Amino acid sequence: MATETVVDEIAPPRRPRGRKRSLWGERIVEWFLTLNGFVAIAAILLIFLFLFKEGVQAFQTISPGRFIQTTELDFDNVPRTVRMWQPVSTNPKYSLVPLVLGSFLVALPATLIATLLGVATGIYLAEVAGKRTREIVKPGIELMAGVPSVVIGFFCLATLATLVQDAFGTTFRLNAFVGALGVCFVIVPVIATMTDDALRAVPGYLREGALALGANRWETILRVVVPAAASGLTASILLGMGRALGETMIVLMATGNAAQVTLNPFESVRTMTATIAAELGAVPQGGEQYRALFLVGSVLFAFTFGVNLLAEMAVSRMRKRLAL
Amino acid sequence: MSRPVLLATPRSSRPPDPGANPAKVSFQAMSFSYRERKALSGVTLEVPEKRVTAIIGPSGCGKSTLIKSINRIAEVGTDVRVEGRVELEGLDIYAPGTDLVDLRRRVGMLFQKPNPFPKTIFENVAFGPRIHGSAGATDLEAVVEKSLRQAALWEEVRDRLHSPALELSGGQQQRLCLARVLAVDPEVILMDEPCSALDPISTARIEELIEELRQSYTVVIVTHNMQQAARVSDRTAFLLNGELVEVGETEKIFTNPSDRRTEDYITGRFG
Amino acid sequence: MKRRLAQILALSALRGIALAVLLTTLLMLASIAIGGASSISWEFLTAEPVEGMTRGGIFPAIFGTVCITLLMIVLALPLGVCAAIYMVEYAGNSVLSRVIRASVNNLAGVPSIVFGLFGVGFFVLFVGRSLDKVRGGGLLFGQPAMLWAAATLAVLVLPVIIVNTAEALTAVPRSHREASFALGATRWQTVRRVVLPQARSGILTGSILSISRGAGETAPILFTGCAYFLPRLPLVHLEIPFTGLSVPMVNPLDQFMELSYHIFIMATQSTDAAATRPIQYGTTLVLVGLTFLLNISAIFLRVRYRRALEAR
Repeated sequence: MATETVVDEIAPPRRPRGRKRSLWGERIVEWFLTLNGFVAIAAILLIFLFLFKEGVQAFQTISPGRFIQTTELDFDNVPRTVRMWQPVSTNPKYSLVPLVLGSFLVALPATLIATLLGVATGIYLAEVAGKRTREIVKPGIELMAGVPSVVIGFFCLATLATLVQDAFGTTFRLNAFVGALGVCFVIVPVIATMTDDALRAVPGYLREGALALGANRWETILRVVVPAAASGLTASILLGMGRALGETMIVLMATGNAAQVTLNPFESVRTMTATIAAELGAVPQGGEQYRALFLVGSVLFAFTFGVNLLAEMAVSRMRKRLAL
Repeated sequence: MSRPVLLATPRSSRPPDPGANPAKVSFQAMSFSYRERKALSGVTLEVPEKRVTAIIGPSGCGKSTLIKSINRIAEVGTDVRVEGRVELEGLDIYAPGTDLVDLRRRVGMLFQKPNPFPKTIFENVAFGPRIHGSAGATDLEAVVEKSLRQAALWEEVRDRLHSPALELSGGQQQRLCLARVLAVDPEVILMDEPCSALDPISTARIEELIEELRQSYTVVIVTHNMQQAARVSDRTAFLLNGELVEVGETEKIFTNPSDRRTEDYITGRFG
Repeated sequence: MKRRLAQILALSALRGIALAVLLTTLLMLASIAIGGASSISWEFLTAEPVEGMTRGGIFPAIFGTVCITLLMIVLALPLGVCAAIYMVEYAGNSVLSRVIRASVNNLAGVPSIVFGLFGVGFFVLFVGRSLDKVRGGGLLFGQPAMLWAAATLAVLVLPVIIVNTAEALTAVPRSHREASFALGATRWQTVRRVVLPQARSGILTGSILSISRGAGETAPILFTGCAYFLPRLPLVHLEIPFTGLSVPMVNPLDQFMELSYHIFIMATQSTDAAATRPIQYGTTLVLVGLTFLLNISAIFLRVRYRRALEAR
């Protein structure tokens, strides 16, 4: 069927007069497409460039050490070390410690919970769900992935925070835990979809081999299929964590935005992303704080880039392992 | 009808009456249909215990379906309809409530393409005993060694039991899969064209193993290689278009088949 | 038997978790629907906000969202499709192709706020100010505007378009290309007449998904063009010479209101949060409805496309 269409379509292409003109046209098209081919490379390079160009300039006025801690005089005029992010003050403080801690205090619990839920859902999709069930559940997961993060943030702010406070009796209504739950929403579909893909890539003859040895369905899943897809699962978890670190709107709306150094998830925190989002609009361009924000962006980018790189390495390992 | 040429020398060590053993597996007017098509119709066949039975026939005749219906692997991932009876030592294996797990432990299978798990050699062989809980920790090592010896692989891998199974050659992988099957102590071993992906030397080694295995196990081997069937089997069954055309002693099938179609196939007139 | 019990428990647990995950999403959407249903009315969708956002409608936000997503797709689609064509049809399996693929993957992993920083630092300040310098007239391009917000979003959705287009292109069987070449067609002729028509569905799916993404993203446009309360629409009236008539046209250099931005500001910074709550819910419901519709269409298209492929 399709071959007929093809032949009909290209059978009488309008031949331009003379070979030379068609060659020229072809060359121009190829040149144009090549240019476009580089747009993705150009984009990522430009982002890299502009981020670090401004960020590095922060070191002109702020010494690297100050990005960890500063000393200030307390009320008794005794110098003490503080790790605070307080750019707007007589003694501006640019410690990244509360921001990085805040990001991870949200991202790590979120990734943990989402891994449990996401991997289980992925296994269900790939190995347990029947064909018709899958046709409902898989789009359901995709729709879940399509919910805008501002909507999830709004839901956390308006409803979830109250629920959590009632259930756990927290002092602060908006805290890292609420933020983590919201971020979970975003990364469960990511992990579930990638887990599903990784499990489906495991060849059927491995499953048959296990079943033929007398293993039941669950034992086959647990002992053969999941281990065979281990690298793919690792990649999905890492990618999920990358997303969690980069999430902005949910943490901006749900974590309370208090830049403090704490390991208690039920306290308000400020993530790197929220800091940029909250302060960039109010900052004079080219000033010290402006550059510091770009530096925060660079640090954030470095983290997510590193995590994504690990994920890619895991994926290529999985491909090699199964191709043997 | 002209005498068909014997294509291979049957083994001289064959017992005089291969059909005398009791039937380990028996098909009684069995028909097997996948969702869209009928693969087997009205097959009646007895597979004698501790003998090698070969199933031959052209591509698509239903050989694979036949043996995969013995350990009920044919129905994995699809809907099937089975009529008639298939019995393992008198027990109807398609009766509702049949324990598939136990059936597949008793009836092991070697696949066309060697399919070791992406684990270590040890882990592959130990997989079955671990699942069935049939060996403690120290016994496990003994079971693994015994199985690998039975599969004539022990000497080659004894120093690298914990290296990846996928590093082995094709022939070694197939012997590993055999060891894996033997480790669960089955009664029947099904082989679905086990040598078609292997080189002649590995093929010869597997055939030697089959010769040893028939002393303790019932072997059913599907093969498209008639010389192989003539070499290794005691009884041969010829399948055509899902029907069992003829079954009998291997020597008789290859020298004096009763059915014209069998003769045509053996002499290469088709298939 | 212990093993059978373990299997029953495990499979039930998996089923339960998958169900719980979907149920939670449904509950969240339901809570938004319940909270916002009362606000939805024709007036809500067509009128402008009044009385400090406690009454009136959100039409400017809807209009702004439509404008910016359209502008974004106009910028991103040609670039993305051409990039994918180059990657799949011309670069083949070379190192360059792998580098492009790696760049696309990395682009997909960039946090959305970093795009926001990029939008400000590159588009508004670098490109915009440079254009102003060349133009020599004062601050016109070098400030937040719909154009720059759309450009930032375009970079954000570029991976979506490239990946979907590339998938659609590689789904076209190799034999079709070979048949075309065997008949003497050039590579571009083959792409244009043989491959692209068959990849139409995939490209459409990618476009719809990126529109949905663009409508829902907030961080990239926080500082590149959005406004919270803009009493006028981002229009400019172009005069047609000799007729005395003027045609309203979208002004890409203007600021604009946008749905997701509106929700964000209202929820976090409005002076009377309780009073604007119904409008917050209503706006959220509109945004959810919009993205939901878009995503469902994309899924539906993909299913239909797959069925058509299998039927061949």
